Amino acid sequence: MKKRVLSVLTAAVMTTAMVLSGCSGSQTAATTAAPAETKAETAAETTAAKTEEATTAAAPAEKKEIVVGFSQVGAESDWRTANTESMKSTFTEANGYKLIFDDAQQKQENQLKAVRNFIQQDVDYIVIAPVTETGWDTVLQEAKDAGIPVIIVDRMINVSDDSLYTAWVGSNFLQEGYDAVAWLDEYLKKNNRADDDINIVTLQGTIGSSAQIGRTNGVEEKMKDHPKWKMLERQTGEFTQAKGQEVMESFLKTYDDIDVVIAENDNMAFGAIDAIKAAGKTCGPKGDIIIISFDAVAAAFDSMIAGDMNVSVECNPLHGPRVAEIIQKLEKGEKVDKIAYVKEGVFPADTAEAEKPKRQY
Amino acid sequence: MNKGKAFIKRLTGYRLFLPIFCLVLVLISNLIKTPGFFEVTIKNGVLYGYIIDVINRASDLVILSVGMTLVVAASAGTDISVGAVMSVAGAVCCFILSGGQQTVNEFANPYILGVLAAILAGILCGCFNGFLVARLKIQPMVATLILFTAGRGIAQLITKGQITYIRVESYKMLGASIPGIPIPTPVFVALIVVLLTYVLLRKTSLGLYIQTVGINPKASKLMGIKSSMIIFLSYVFCGLCAGISGLVASSRIYSADANNIGLNLELDAILAVALGGNSLAGGKFSLLGSVIGAYTIQALSTTLYAMGVSPDQIPVYKAIVVVVIVALQSTELKRMINKLQINVKSGKKVA
Repeated sequence: MKKRVLSVLTAAVMTTAMVLSGCSGSQTAATTAAPAETKAETAAETTAAKTEEATTAAAPAEKKEIVVGFSQVGAESDWRTANTESMKSTFTEANGYKLIFDDAQQKQENQLKAVRNFIQQDVDYIVIAPVTETGWDTVLQEAKDAGIPVIIVDRMINVSDDSLYTAWVGSNFLQEGYDAVAWLDEYLKKNNRADDDINIVTLQGTIGSSAQIGRTNGVEEKMKDHPKWKMLERQTGEFTQAKGQEVMESFLKTYDDIDVVIAENDNMAFGAIDAIKAAGKTCGPKGDIIIISFDAVAAAFDSMIAGDMNVSVECNPLHGPRVAEIIQKLEKGEKVDKIAYVKEGVFPADTAEAEKPKRQY
Repeated sequence: MNKGKAFIKRLTGYRLFLPIFCLVLVLISNLIKTPGFFEVTIKNGVLYGYIIDVINRASDLVILSVGMTLVVAASAGTDISVGAVMSVAGAVCCFILSGGQQTVNEFANPYILGVLAAILAGILCGCFNGFLVARLKIQPMVATLILFTAGRGIAQLITKGQITYIRVESYKMLGASIPGIPIPTPVFVALIVVLLTYVLLRKTSLGLYIQTVGINPKASKLMGIKSSMIIFLSYVFCGLCAGISGLVASSRIYSADANNIGLNLELDAILAVALGGNSLAGGKFSLLGSVIGAYTIQALSTTLYAMGVSPDQIPVYKAIVVVVIVALQSTELKRMINKLQINVKSGKKVA
């Protein structure tokens, strides 16, 4: 008995769950496979939904305003809150829209229900910020049968037939990685260090999340153009400040000559900064170690103004305007791109003070 | 020769021999790849080195495992809500100190008020768990599952889903160090919790009661021990420990991150109890064993970082070490090996 409990425990520890945090966490590659029950339920409801559609489709209403149904993941981080706010402030009645907002509270079942409700209400467009990548085929087919275009935001979905959704709006993590390298290159040139050997360490996000994969690959790809740059080590800080600090403490003891720290989100960068200071070293524009971070949340601007962080590459949650653009194009009957990235900026420390008041999140 | 053998036999006979042996083994293994692992210097007036990291970073877990040991011993079950309770305690403390703001540069309320409220929150959570287990006789894992799921939600509710920052130097001291004292503060906190608990269990009959109740609650009831009260108290104490641990964790990052404070730490705490050679079936327990187990877990993480193991492989190495340590302490395995030895010996004689 005792041993059985122990073995269960070890198994439990091994399958330690992954972490969600901040923007990056919010984009975490979702757990695979929708539960079978959901699919069964879906099939059962399809017929019911279809009859509903028939009745609603039969009475085409005169459309004055564009009705948009938006199914949001939940409100797990300030990034997500900003994302919701962006949608709400874009699709206002003043702009000629009616927004039906649904908070799924991190559950896909709720999202599936919400989408079916949208279909029944015969909305003009459905916008989904999916909780998970998989399990969307049936409900999106229903939307397609009802002739309602679907726009996916933030996380990507994984469907057998990509005509099931009209467009996807989100962040280009790979590009964020490129941007970080481009900024570093420019910064080093400006400081006459272009010919120096540069030692870099990376604090990675939760392994397997799309933000981690994109940013790591983006940096790695572009680093090939810089033979003088050396990636000493990569280790995961799981997108959290505490882990970021712990890993950075270890890096500082192993390597004596770190020039650059790349933290794949702001929280880990905060932890790294604390670790660097505790080790008696300095960082930021006036310090020894260059800190490059991602996300550009409000606290990152505080850190840059305080002179601790060099740059933060934005992960933009303001999807609303981009989605509105697509809807306007569709209204006019124009073709839209399948993949639409939001505009994302790079915010170095010297612009932080000026930028901070303009920031919405 | 005989004397040496007797000495080894006596040494290995100690209850804590195996846990300590495993801890030392993990630490020594660093010498292969990181010769400077045991170097300690002073930076900024604070001790600095890998070994200090291990002792410092393990503090949260040590505090948790103290509470967990008592729960396991008294109720033969585990409290899986401790990680979430840590998060609640951190959120309560930051909420009071920030006065509901998202970022503050000075305390809105006295520091001591925040600390007391956080500890009280921990105790209340413990009372809730204790009531469910001791009074309503709900399976410990099921009872504590409630706060395991709801706890982080409560913490989110308190912090309004945002990370609350307390950017005050004196708030950071509990998780970092106090100026003029070279040892990180969490080490002291852990030390105080362990010592007080040890004294409490040794100087009063509480330790004995807990063991008695853990071995047989019915028999102890017949003996006049209020077994449900003892179980209730052990959960309250566990909540208290989680509250203190949450304070330290929150102070380390000078913020309340409801999603991440103490995440998965409940599993590590249970593992620490097991690694310390304690039976998860309740009854006899060794507090120091659990503490050593907690240090072993942190030593392992720090070792893997120091060795530069790639992040996607870390869980595998951790699992291997844990399996080996648990197997080493298994009495069943020992019996099997003994049997094998006897068989070999008798086999020789026959031949």
